[in-house]
Amino acid sequence: MHPVLRAILYRAAQALLVALLVGVLTFLMMQSLPGDMAFRIAAGRYGYDAVNAQAAEAVRLELGLDRPALEAFGAWFLDLMRLDFGTSVISGAPVMDEIRHQLGASLQLALAALALSLLIGPPLGILAGLRAGGWLDRALLVVSTALRSVPQFLMGLILIVLVSIQLGWLPAAGYGRAEHFILPALTLALGLAAVSARIARDAMAAVAASPHYAFGRWKGLSEWQLLRRHGLRNIGVAMVTYLGLQFAMLVEGVVVIESIFGWPGIGHALVHAIFGRDVPMVQGTALLLGLGFVALNAMIDLTARWIDPRNPDSRRQG
Amino acid sequence: MSVIPTDIPLQASARPWSRLAGAALLALVLGFALLAPLVFPADPLRQSLRHILAAPDAASPLGYDHLGRSLTARLAAALRLSLAIAAAAVASAALLGVAAGVLAAWRGGWVDRAVSLIADAFLALPGLLLVLIVSAIVPVTPMAFWIGLTLVLWIEYFRLTRATVSRLMAAPAIEASRLLGFGPLYVFRRHLWPELAPVLLTLGAFGAATAIMMIAALGFVSVGMRPPTPELGLMMVELLPYYREAPMALLVPVLATFLTLLGLNLVAGGRRT
Repeated sequence: MHPVLRAILYRAAQALLVALLVGVLTFLMMQSLPGDMAFRIAAGRYGYDAVNAQAAEAVRLELGLDRPALEAFGAWFLDLMRLDFGTSVISGAPVMDEIRHQLGASLQLALAALALSLLIGPPLGILAGLRAGGWLDRALLVVSTALRSVPQFLMGLILIVLVSIQLGWLPAAGYGRAEHFILPALTLALGLAAVSARIARDAMAAVAASPHYAFGRWKGLSEWQLLRRHGLRNIGVAMVTYLGLQFAMLVEGVVVIESIFGWPGIGHALVHAIFGRDVPMVQGTALLLGLGFVALNAMIDLTARWIDPRNPDSRRQG
Repeated sequence: MSVIPTDIPLQASARPWSRLAGAALLALVLGFALLAPLVFPADPLRQSLRHILAAPDAASPLGYDHLGRSLTARLAAALRLSLAIAAAAVASAALLGVAAGVLAAWRGGWVDRAVSLIADAFLALPGLLLVLIVSAIVPVTPMAFWIGLTLVLWIEYFRLTRATVSRLMAAPAIEASRLLGFGPLYVFRRHLWPELAPVLLTLGAFGAATAIMMIAALGFVSVGMRPPTPELGLMMVELLPYYREAPMALLVPVLATFLTLLGLNLVAGGRRT
């Protein structure tokens, strides 16, 4: 089979399994809710005052809630595969509409954070890698080790206390204006940059120590020409491959950071949905994040192949 | 994940002094968590109006919180809780991951493909999301954290074990052992374990750091442990409103979290891949 086709097939199988996993987990979540499901749905339809045992029984028969668990799960999963998530238990709006709304806000924040981290991390890493063992390299190691020991929510807390409360420069929370972006994006970016700087540094140090780099210098290329022609493309593969992991870090960061800064995104909504046991919302969000990860990794596979067409199976990850 | 073939050491940070410093930090944190209740006996839940945000005294060298509870007792209890959950999750994740990894690499073929696919499906779900969903299924919060974190952490053990074992299975030493009729248990103990053990320690330290971060993060956004349980993230969010009156009180859980994570990261050495 063609390797590209095989990679795509593998990703499709992974996507299917992610959907199954989300289905099982949210089904278990539904089953573990306290109380009688039929009674609750009936209350949702007719209002809490008008509901009685008869109405609950009618709902039970109509929706087949008395079916055995395995059969119920089959129906549940079929709905999920048709991307029919139903409506949010809390707001009553269709889950798809809610998610579409929140995803925009989250993507804005995530892209701002990613852009900011790419401005901070890789340039520092490349400079450090060019002079491996130099003062910048050592300083960067200390800073990135310290940064990695600060959880993102703690970084958010520190920035709020320092910048918003002490200095009063920026709003601590909010959404809508440009200054609201700075603190949450910076919080996320610092965590990402701490790691991407290390990746860039290691890749750059490896390239800079390689014979072809020495040869380029020997034939009279300037440092800048050398970096542009022989360095960046080689680091590119490491950086692009690493983007997949960054995405995972970013999603986890977004869940917590949005709650802290009051950002109306998907992470904020997820925490609320878990808090209110809003199963349809949790299901939609989890499926979207899982499938997004698979799609992103599929793109990364193809991009890495395009940047560096040599032995394509040596670096599949995730 | 080595992308570029290289002969220079990538793990430049795995110096012995940093590992020693990390171990010392961890010993300090662990010592405090275990000894504080003996030296400064106090109930972490006992409130006292006379001690609201009081300065440190002989009974509690770290001061008191907004309800007059001893911060020394609360911090020690919070550290014990986080460290215990982290240790349990790392242990069960290592057991599950190593077993699955050896199975996949040893049997190969469709077993390998199936287990790898399951691991990749778990990998696609953000860890925090997995822990959150499990916490909504399992009613007892520490148990929910343990199960959720195990489901998150086993993947790294699996991937590493699988990669290491499938490299080793082709080695002549193992082929000779198997031809001589030694059982799988012997081969695992004699050939595989010595290669795996040092890397498992690194993974364990990173895993524990991840676990402690997640427990604190979920506590901080009020979907983790519930008050009045002493927990690092919860303590921070409880003390945040009193930041102006008692900045040192807020600093207590913040510094403890940072030092614990720093210790774990230093012990792990190297970089996370």
